[in-house]
Amino acid sequence: MSANTNEMPNKLCSKQDLEALQKELINGRKSDRVFISVCNGTACHPYGCAQLIETFKQEISQQDLGNKAELRITGCHGLCEKGPIVVIQPGDIFYQQVKLEDVPEILRETISKGNIIDRLLHTDPTTGSKIVHRHEIPFYRKQKRNILGNNVEINPTRIEDYIAIGGYTALAKALFEMTPEQIIEQIKRSGLRGRGGAGFPTGTKWESCRHAPGDIKYVIVNADEGDPGAYANEGLLSGNPHSVLEGLIIGAYAIGANQGYVYVRNEYPLALANITTALNQAQQLGLLGENILGSRFDLNVSITRGGGAFVCGESTALMASLEGKVGEPRAKYVHTVEKGLWDRPSDLNNVETWANVPVIINKGADWYRTLGTDSSKGTKIFSLVGKISNTGLVEVPMGITLREIIYDIGGGIRGGKKFKAVQTGGPSGGCLPEKFLDLPVDFDELTKAGSMMGSGGMIVMDETTCMVDIAKYFLTFLEEESCGKCVPCREGIKRMRQILNDITEGKGGEEDIDLLEQLSATLVDSSLCALGSTAPNPVITTIRYFRDEYEAHIKEKRCPAGVCKALISYYIIKEKCPGCGLCVKACPQDAITFIGKKKPVALDESKCIKCGACYDVCKLGAVGRK
Amino acid sequence: MVTLTINGREVKAEKGQTILQVAREIGIDIPTLCHNEALEPYGACRLCIVEVSKGKRTKIVTSCLYPVEEGLEVKTDSPRVISNRKMILELLLARCSKNKVIQRLASQMGIEQPSFKSEYLEDNDCIVCGLCVRACEQVVGVSAISLVNRGITKEPASPFLEPAADCIGCGSCYYICPTGAIKMEDRKDTRIIYNWKVEFKLKKCKVCGNYWAPEKQLDYIKKKWNLPEDFFDICPTCK
Amino acid sequence: MNEKVNAIINKYNGDKGQLVSILQDIQTEYYYLPKEALIQVSETIGIPASRIYDVATFFRAFSLEPRGKHLINVCLGTACHVRGAARILEEIERNLAIKRAETTKDRKFTLETVNCMGCCAVGPAVKIDGEYFGHMSSDKVDNVLTKFE
Repeated sequence: MSANTNEMPNKLCSKQDLEALQKELINGRKSDRVFISVCNGTACHPYGCAQLIETFKQEISQQDLGNKAELRITGCHGLCEKGPIVVIQPGDIFYQQVKLEDVPEILRETISKGNIIDRLLHTDPTTGSKIVHRHEIPFYRKQKRNILGNNVEINPTRIEDYIAIGGYTALAKALFEMTPEQIIEQIKRSGLRGRGGAGFPTGTKWESCRHAPGDIKYVIVNADEGDPGAYANEGLLSGNPHSVLEGLIIGAYAIGANQGYVYVRNEYPLALANITTALNQAQQLGLLGENILGSRFDLNVSITRGGGAFVCGESTALMASLEGKVGEPRAKYVHTVEKGLWDRPSDLNNVETWANVPVIINKGADWYRTLGTDSSKGTKIFSLVGKISNTGLVEVPMGITLREIIYDIGGGIRGGKKFKAVQTGGPSGGCLPEKFLDLPVDFDELTKAGSMMGSGGMIVMDETTCMVDIAKYFLTFLEEESCGKCVPCREGIKRMRQILNDITEGKGGEEDIDLLEQLSATLVDSSLCALGSTAPNPVITTIRYFRDEYEAHIKEKRCPAGVCKALISYYIIKEKCPGCGLCVKACPQDAITFIGKKKPVALDESKCIKCGACYDVCKLGAVGRK
Repeated sequence: MVTLTINGREVKAEKGQTILQVAREIGIDIPTLCHNEALEPYGACRLCIVEVSKGKRTKIVTSCLYPVEEGLEVKTDSPRVISNRKMILELLLARCSKNKVIQRLASQMGIEQPSFKSEYLEDNDCIVCGLCVRACEQVVGVSAISLVNRGITKEPASPFLEPAADCIGCGSCYYICPTGAIKMEDRKDTRIIYNWKVEFKLKKCKVCGNYWAPEKQLDYIKKKWNLPEDFFDICPTCK
Repeated sequence: MNEKVNAIINKYNGDKGQLVSILQDIQTEYYYLPKEALIQVSETIGIPASRIYDVATFFRAFSLEPRGKHLINVCLGTACHVRGAARILEEIERNLAIKRAETTKDRKFTLETVNCMGCCAVGPAVKIDGEYFGHMSSDKVDNVLTKFE
């Protein structure tokens, strides 16, 4: 069976059927064909990867390479900064920032003749030399891409690819060689903790759900990754949806649930499309639905889109939304594993948590425990973003330090600027300064420092980031996302945001920091759900670690980072200005005028609205900001 | 039956009861705003919070929803509880700075002015406790109104902000509102509920000639309980 | 409209729990949630109109007003924020003379913000209809907008 056909294989009715199909597919992959993996992940779309893929298809046909080369359209490769990315196997050749014009040459030289095209290679930032192989690139060297690594090997819309790399073997093992109790035991032993943010031990959760009274139980995939700046779940769900599905089926079997839900964030069209395709294909092949692989276990899964509400990432709000109601959380004094969706026992886990399950079942809990720290086992996927050189999705073993992630993997701060802070945990997390760079990334360590693991956003900030502005940013975000049910969150976040607004406008007073701290204490204690109770974290950590910035804003009416509009002004650096007029054209308020040929322009501060257009457009550094 | 302590007093309670229910039974007063015994507890105002401990772990929970447990230690007025309640009332006072009910509650806790800048104080009456909506749904059963929007603009409203088509004019929302945010008026033969933009013709008693209840409400009750057509022709006072 | 809405309701078997999905499909079909469609859903499935209205006003995906021909999504996620997304939004607001969540008078553009689209590598990012624009700066705004008729 050629891997190129569009026909689905026959339905699998037993473990043996799956093994046979797998053998067949693996043989199909073993050829002297060259595989060209082109990243079609969401983050590569702005680079025009869609056209790149079309161009490859056309060129392969035109150069008559149909028998020699096979195009594999994959999900996210990780190094989003350097997209579009093309990886050529065998050889693990890594080409970055590939343009449409490069395609014919790649096929002529690399595919047909095995020649490397130097200009498309990644350059080692320290040595300056070119690197041919992906695994040698510093960005990849320190990662442990146990989960995300498979993205490069598969087309997420082809279940055959997933099976060819061993997919659904764990499911067969779980259904035919293990009891539900044994599965739960393995998950418990592995030490897997929820990857959605809170880090609750997954095995314990499954066990509680299994033992909860009731015949009808549910399993749910939380793919409502709402933290701004986090797209780790997106890269996983769109790049390898079957890995999540396989984990879900195993979990459902262990818990005793026959109905599952995947709740996908509305803003992730690609992930939604790919999980839908995956579901349909799994159903067709007998890996989902009735009598899975002939095991007599049934599981039906439906997919629901979110409606654009961050709060629906909270488990009870998500369940309310699944019930057709507004996404309002409720008290969790009775846990959702006992009374969740439709008041029935429900197990909700994050996308990444589910994807870890097949790995644990296949390789065993003991293997899994070899990675990580005492309290946090395994790996974690982060979306490394912000003022970092190598923006992208990284997967690292727990226990690696922030410094290693930011410098060794991330390539340090972009533009040669200085590191200031790193934010993890999204709006529920905290900003950690330089002194924490050697902190091992681990659930408990991050919490001790005042932040939290979160679902995977890791935002790097430099000297041009104002920490008071960051606190204001997160509160503004949460103010819009609060469901509005409880007083502390609805009213408290608004008041905190007003105070921070005043501080950034130079209207802050000495008593403001105290008031922020009092409000924080009330939100932490009395909020209905975690949105409210963790909302103060960015404020508390920025006050704790960057108090000097608050004081500069309050006492000196000055923004050290040059961000807060009311406290900055733009000016022309006369010595550097040749009067080219780019800024004059860019200014929306006509605040800058020509004086004369080759003479510096003049900026009228009274008209200036501090939009920064002149600062952005001037390539000569002739516009200053203070 | 479970045994727990509230403010040092040992009390026996039935499984399934909430801390608030048990506390009230033994005469301990816990303030509430969004609670009503005729409705499912909601947990929105957070005023009823108490401190609970079991072993070493202490946490703040809403007593209206927290189920009693064996060995639970409850403190209804600890310093932590009081400081939280105070801030919650300050937040409510900042929102409803001219509302008499909120002013009184705040004053009882020793708050005369909220700690926020006067230019940011607002003049609302509604505290979004949800009682009106919940009563309409759970007791009356017509769900004529709901809490619309999200976050700071959340408020009870009629569908599409048009006259509430399903409203029967019973006035339950008006009677249950703790802050007087619902404006209802009976003017001669008409009842107006301004918030939902509705008007109802009132039924006239055959005996005393007084207008006493909306016809639409009476029709609803007659239909629901299969009562004869003329059942409400005479008002309850005259009957 | 009747038939299309009925088809959508039937697709979900008139299941009350699927209300959000039903509204999603109506939004996709009409680019907003027409009142008539919502009332039809209410009467067909048996959910009070108030319950549909509260869901319609809770989720940002839904619009009760007709949207413009082109939907602009400005990403205000943290990564884009630290790279200056706020200035991009301001520039678009100025250029089109509307604020976020508003539609231009000629119904050409609707301006919305989104909190992270997953394009952090090319931030600040803007998406118009299905097209992504990365590495945005305030001076690029006009060029991008004039691409759309």
